[in-house]
Amino acid sequence: MADKSPRDALFDPIFNNNPIALQVLGICSALAVTNKLSTSVAMALSVTVVLGFSNAAVSLIRAYIPSSIRIIVQMTIIASLVIVVDTFLKAYAFDIAKEISLFVGLIITNCIVMGRAEAFAMKNEPWISALDGIGNALGYSLILVVVGFFRELLGSGTLWGFTVLEPVAEGGWYVPNGLMLLPPSAFFIIGTFIWVLRTFKPDQVEEAH
Amino acid sequence: MPPDNKTSEKSLREKVNTVPGTILVATVLCVTCSLVVAGAAVGLKSTIEANKTLDRQKNVVMAAGLLKKDELTAKRVNELFAEGGTIRKELIDLETGKPVDLDEVKIDLNTYDPREAAKNPKFSVKIPADADDAGIKRREKYAYVYKVVGKSGELNQIVIPIYGKGLWSTLYGFIALEKNINTVDGITYYDHGETPGLGAEIQNPDWQAKWVDKSVYDDGQVELSVIKGAVDSTSDQAAYQVDGLSGATITSNGVTNMIHYWLGPNAFGPYLDTLRSNLNSSNSDSQKAAVLRVPASGGTNG
Repeated sequence: MADKSPRDALFDPIFNNNPIALQVLGICSALAVTNKLSTSVAMALSVTVVLGFSNAAVSLIRAYIPSSIRIIVQMTIIASLVIVVDTFLKAYAFDIAKEISLFVGLIITNCIVMGRAEAFAMKNEPWISALDGIGNALGYSLILVVVGFFRELLGSGTLWGFTVLEPVAEGGWYVPNGLMLLPPSAFFIIGTFIWVLRTFKPDQVEEAH
Repeated sequence: MPPDNKTSEKSLREKVNTVPGTILVATVLCVTCSLVVAGAAVGLKSTIEANKTLDRQKNVVMAAGLLKKDELTAKRVNELFAEGGTIRKELIDLETGKPVDLDEVKIDLNTYDPREAAKNPKFSVKIPADADDAGIKRREKYAYVYKVVGKSGELNQIVIPIYGKGLWSTLYGFIALEKNINTVDGITYYDHGETPGLGAEIQNPDWQAKWVDKSVYDDGQVELSVIKGAVDSTSDQAAYQVDGLSGATITSNGVTNMIHYWLGPNAFGPYLDTLRSNLNSSNSDSQKAAVLRVPASGGTNG
């Protein structure tokens, strides 16, 4: 674990060890914010910033963290970063912040962030920990953007707010699939994504019990 | 890692794992984190406040239908709200229905926030349970209205802030009325926590468009309501009804209730009455033609 190359730390979590697709972590927010591409991207960026910095910060002070309170220490660092990110969103991307503010707060409880702090940053140098954090966040982002892409396209007929498939209500031909706007549709898309990924990477398939 | 480093790390670990060490680390961490959070909050406060104000102003403009969605830039909105612009903000004493004498009540218009005031016992009143349609328990004594005026300062539209309980949250919005103080020019919601896709559809422009040209008052009573299902356009009540949001009955009822409360006698009613009687007296003098814009179903019902 300690000898992971920077390249592996950054790129492994995208396809080979994707936190959502392989470990099935952090899917709560993957359902909540992905009905539009723009909110998916904003959420992905927020998580990337939080995860990169939290891993670096935890790793930086890991020698000073008493083992009895290590979880709460990680939590405090993560929560502080999340509040800072939320404040920045409110200041510089107000319209998006209005929609996802609630879920940005929930990054604190995102299992990926805590998971990487505990599993990786506590044992590794700051630089590689930051890369690991960013890598995992990119893996998470990939799923969010894919889900957001399909949900917005099929649910509203738009992408990034621009009309792609002209909906019937506006005189076009496309009948928007209302299910895509509801959270459960994210399960279908994530499920399909995992299916496709595991078809190409059969080693990710779990053995039958 | 070189061995000497390892031993020093080990002794450090022993030191922090004592009770005083743990307390020290926790304290330092908390202080550092709170400084970071407080720094961001203080540093960005003015930007965030400006964003919120602009967002509210945009919603006033949208409710009044003054700009199209793609024209809704900060610059255009600021022009409308600037001194001598089309939109004039006025602070109203809801009890008397008259503009507030700012010197008497010692309120600074730049800092007065009705939303804060509603929580402050000094600036708010308790609403008796039987009159509390909007489910808000207290309301501010003084509230803003936004007058949309024409070139010579005559009133064209009036934008009224409304809020009240939906299913999960308090909904905040604006409703714009034409100068007959009866016909709706538009409605918007800018803050709520309703379910996306269901209650949150109150923000859907298509639904908001259904409000335009509806009438609020019938014989002096607030009649405008969100009904269950679709409005039957042949019904004689159609002018007072708006399609309900499917799957969001409680939110829809909340919208009806807050309209009844805020446009009714316990809130903006007295103010709107004064406004209406002023207009009627001036209309009867010179501007009879303008009154003809009132839809037949509504009437002025002064």
